[in-house]
Order: sequence, then C-alpha cells, then structure tokens
Amino acid sequence: MSLQTLDPARPAVVPGAFTAAGLGPAIELDNVTRRFLTPNGKSMTALRDFNMSVDRGEFACVVGPTGCGKSTTLNLVTGLAKPSAGEVRVMGQPVNGIHKDVGFVFQADALFPWRSVLDNVAAGPLYRGLPRAQAYEKARDWIARVGLARFESHYPHQLSGGMRKRVALAQTFINEPKILLMDEPFSALDVQTRTNMQDELLSLWSGSGASVVFVTHDLEEAVALADKVYVLTAGPATVKSVYTIDLPRPRVMAEIRYDAAFVERCRTIWDDLREEVQIGQQRTLDTGH
Amino acid sequence: MTMQADAASAPFAAARAVPTEAEIEAKARARLKARRALVISLRIAILVAVLGIWEIGARTGFIDPFFFASPSGIAEQIWVWMTEGTSQGPLWVQIMVTLEETILGFFIGAVGGIVCGIVLGRNKLLADVFSIYIKIANSIPRVVLGSIFIIALGLGMASKVALAVVMVFFVVFANAFQGVREADRAMIANAQILGASPFQITTSVIIPSAMSWILASLHVSFGFALVGAVVGEFLGAKQGVGLLIATAQGAFNANGVFAAMIILAVVALVMEFLITLVENRLVKWRPVPYSEQN
Repeated sequence: MSLQTLDPARPAVVPGAFTAAGLGPAIELDNVTRRFLTPNGKSMTALRDFNMSVDRGEFACVVGPTGCGKSTTLNLVTGLAKPSAGEVRVMGQPVNGIHKDVGFVFQADALFPWRSVLDNVAAGPLYRGLPRAQAYEKARDWIARVGLARFESHYPHQLSGGMRKRVALAQTFINEPKILLMDEPFSALDVQTRTNMQDELLSLWSGSGASVVFVTHDLEEAVALADKVYVLTAGPATVKSVYTIDLPRPRVMAEIRYDAAFVERCRTIWDDLREEVQIGQQRTLDTGH
Repeated sequence: MTMQADAASAPFAAARAVPTEAEIEAKARARLKARRALVISLRIAILVAVLGIWEIGARTGFIDPFFFASPSGIAEQIWVWMTEGTSQGPLWVQIMVTLEETILGFFIGAVGGIVCGIVLGRNKLLADVFSIYIKIANSIPRVVLGSIFIIALGLGMASKVALAVVMVFFVVFANAFQGVREADRAMIANAQILGASPFQITTSVIIPSAMSWILASLHVSFGFALVGAVVGEFLGAKQGVGLLIATAQGAFNANGVFAAMIILAVVALVMEFLITLVENRLVKWRPVPYSEQN
C-alpha cells in the first residue's frame, strides 16, 4: 500500500473497472517536470519528476495540499501546457496539442452564458463538424440523461449551481471522451448537491469506459470515487504515494462514508497527506504567498 | 395541531387581521405605483419651473431674449421651420442629411472599431506594436480633424461622415479590444477542449463575451457620431442641422440655435431608444435584476 511501480506490460486488474487487456495505459506521465516563469522573471517549479500511469477505464484521484500543482498535471494531459522535461503520453502517443479523446470538467463555471442549455451541450459536436440536426438530437439525449430535459431552453444564469454542473457533465460526456479530466469540479457545491453529483458522475462514467483523472483537495471524495489515489507532496509536487482503493462498485455516495473499510482507508491516507498539508501551510505562512 | 394553532391565533386575528399574501402584494404594488407617480410628477414640475422662470425672465426683461432666447421664441422657431421650411430648404431634409451622415459614420466607425479591436485583441504581437500609436491617435482632439476633412473631401457629405467615423472608431475599438482581453480563460479552454478551432473560438466565445463591452460603447459612440456630423456641417456644408446652427449664429438668432439643439436632442433620444432595443435582443441571455422591494 505504498509506492507502486506500475508495469505497463502487466495491466492492473481493478475491480469494477473496464480494462482493455493487451493495451498500454491510457495516460502516462513519465518523469515530468514543469517550470513556470513568474512575471518578475523567476522560475518556479510546479511539478518535479512526476510519474503517473492511469489504465484504460480506471478512475484515478489526485489529492494534495492546496496550491501544490495538482491542476498542472491535468493541463499537461490536455496539451494546454507542455512539460519542461519528461514525457506525457495519451493512449501510448506523446501529447501534441489537444487530443480529441480528452474531456475536461472545470472547477469554475465554464459554460457559455449566452447559450441555452441545449446549445451549450451541442457545442462539442458542432465544433467537431457534426450536422446540426444530429448534434441537437445527441444533445437532447445527454440533457435527458443528466435529468434536465425540462431545462433545455434555459440559460445558465437561470439554473442552480448543481444544475450547471450537470450541464457541464453533459457537455463533456457528449464528446464520448476516452479520457476524462476533472479539476475539483464539485468544490463549489454544497455538501448535499456534491453527493448527488458524485453519484451522477459515477453512473455516467460506469457506462463510458473512460479513464478518469480527478483532482481534488477533499480526501473523502477521492477515496469514495477512485480506484487509485495519488497523494502529492507540497509543491513542487511529486508523487508521495499511491493507494489502491478496492471498495466494491457500484458505490453509493450517501452510504459509503459510513462504511468501515472506507473510513479505515481515509484514515491511512490522511496520516500520509496531513504531513504535506502542514508543510504547505507552513510554507505559505513563511513566504507570504 | 393546526386546530390548536388556529384557536390560539383567533383572538389576535379578531383584534388585528393578519395580512394575507395577496394583500401584502397589493400593498407593495400600490406603493410602487405611488412612487412612480411621484417621480414623474416631480420631473414635470422641474421642467415647468425651469421653462416658466426662463419665459417670465425673458418677458420681464430680466433675461435678454436677444442673447438667451425664450421658450416661446424657440417653439415658434421650430414651428416656422416645420411649416414654412428653413432658409436652406425643408426642415426634414436637413434632419435627414444630418442623420444620414451620422448613421453612415456610426456604422463604418463601429464596424471598423469592432474588427480592429478583435483582431488586435486576439493577436498579442499586433497589440504590442500598435498599442502605442492608438494611444497617441486617441489623445489627439479629433474634432480638429474636421478642418482637414473639409479641405480634403469638400463641403459634401464625405467630410462629415469621415469626421463621424473618426469620432466613433476609437471608442468602439478600445472597448472591443478590452472586451476580447477580458474573455474568460476557462471558457476559452473549455471551447478548445470541446474541439473548437481558433476561428470558432473567436466567433463563438470571444465575440459574444466582448459583446457587452461593445454594446456599451455603441451607446456612447452614437452621440459622438452625431457630434462629428454636426461639427463637420458647422465647419462648412451645404445642408444639415449643423449648418442651420451656423446660419442662426451668423444672424444672431439665439432662438434658432436652441431650436436646432432641441431637434438634435430628439434625434439622439430616438436613436438611443432604437439601440437599446437592439441591445436587449442581442443580450437576452443576461440575468434580469430583481426589482427592489420597498
């Protein structure tokens, strides 16, 4: 239950997850370092010697102290950011620009406020050149799947935070991504809505066979959702340890938090994570930023 | 439970009726209506007072109507222009000429400003190179260019349109540029990952998000277009409301100057109203603020 070395030749068998035997991992970050240049010309390292491997159909969560560089890992996989050293591979191919199989759910509201729910969800297929009629038919289908059939013609500002997240999920899932990246997507929601959305996400994901990287600072959310939890060190982030979560699926979010095995795993990982959180906080207090 | 509650509240209800939802609403509506009536009547009172004092002052000789006109004189002047025409021809022709120059200048300037703002906003190198020149051009008092345009383009419509274009362009440009720069980064990244090409990002994310900035600038810049056209006519023209003002000024006709001013104000208000209509259609996705209670 500590640092694992993942051998691509030996696909990890994860309970309840879809694995395509014989194929390599969906996402690999191989000794990746990412440096930024701050506005005053200093170089800042966000990730250092970062290794990560997510199998096809696997749900991986990344937890770490605030501001340690968790989101950077996702940006590297999308191709929106390039590694300063090392290599990022998606489906065995080095990342070069935005991969069409990638979907991304943002922390902030990234819906287009001037488009109705229907137009928001249809955006992906339309961008990708699907004929209008087909795109809208598909969009209606996905809106119904997230339970918003009666809100098709509403604008985002007319919806609650949870409903907007549902639209965001439909907008992402409509492109049928093989790789789903999520950057603290539910952190702005209240606890009840968040639990609902987690269930919603798991049910959408279980039918999709997608590989997920879910970044969060909420350890319980990570353990409840994931097959595998990556704990990062305080910045510059590197992998501290990897835990396999073998809780049975399907999981029900409202109940899992009272499950003894769940609580036990949370405690083990929290002991590990707490150290890094303290280092991170201390550093913030010392440096003042 | 409810029985008890009813029984308990009954004596109070008898003493003082608890207002129902409908009654509260009706009361609030009545208060809102009374307030609106008050605002409107105060507005009318102020108008009447100002015009009344002006008129009385002009009649008693306290204000010299030769220099400062009088409301009745202005009204008479407008009536004469409407019924008998002006010295340059019928009044409506003058208004149409000015309006045509204004609208042409407004459209050319606005379209140019929007296009340049978006192109420069999307291209960092162009923005860095041109920003200094735009700052310089923007700091020149542009009305002065009117003289150059009259020399170069003559007394006809072209010189006024050119001046209106210059007046409008920079305002719209600056706003479009800023609007493009303020476009939400997460939204752009979202569109990119959903599969949008750079051109699709410009048309479906950048332009709509810059739209509220652009529309705000269109309100202001229509007024500027009108100023450009009128000042252009003022400097030298064969037709138009600006020439009407220049002629009245030359004849020491203060009533004429004020009359032309009022005509311009009416034109500006009507156009402002039309722009607001267009704006409401374009940004119907924006939340409507709740009306304040009390």
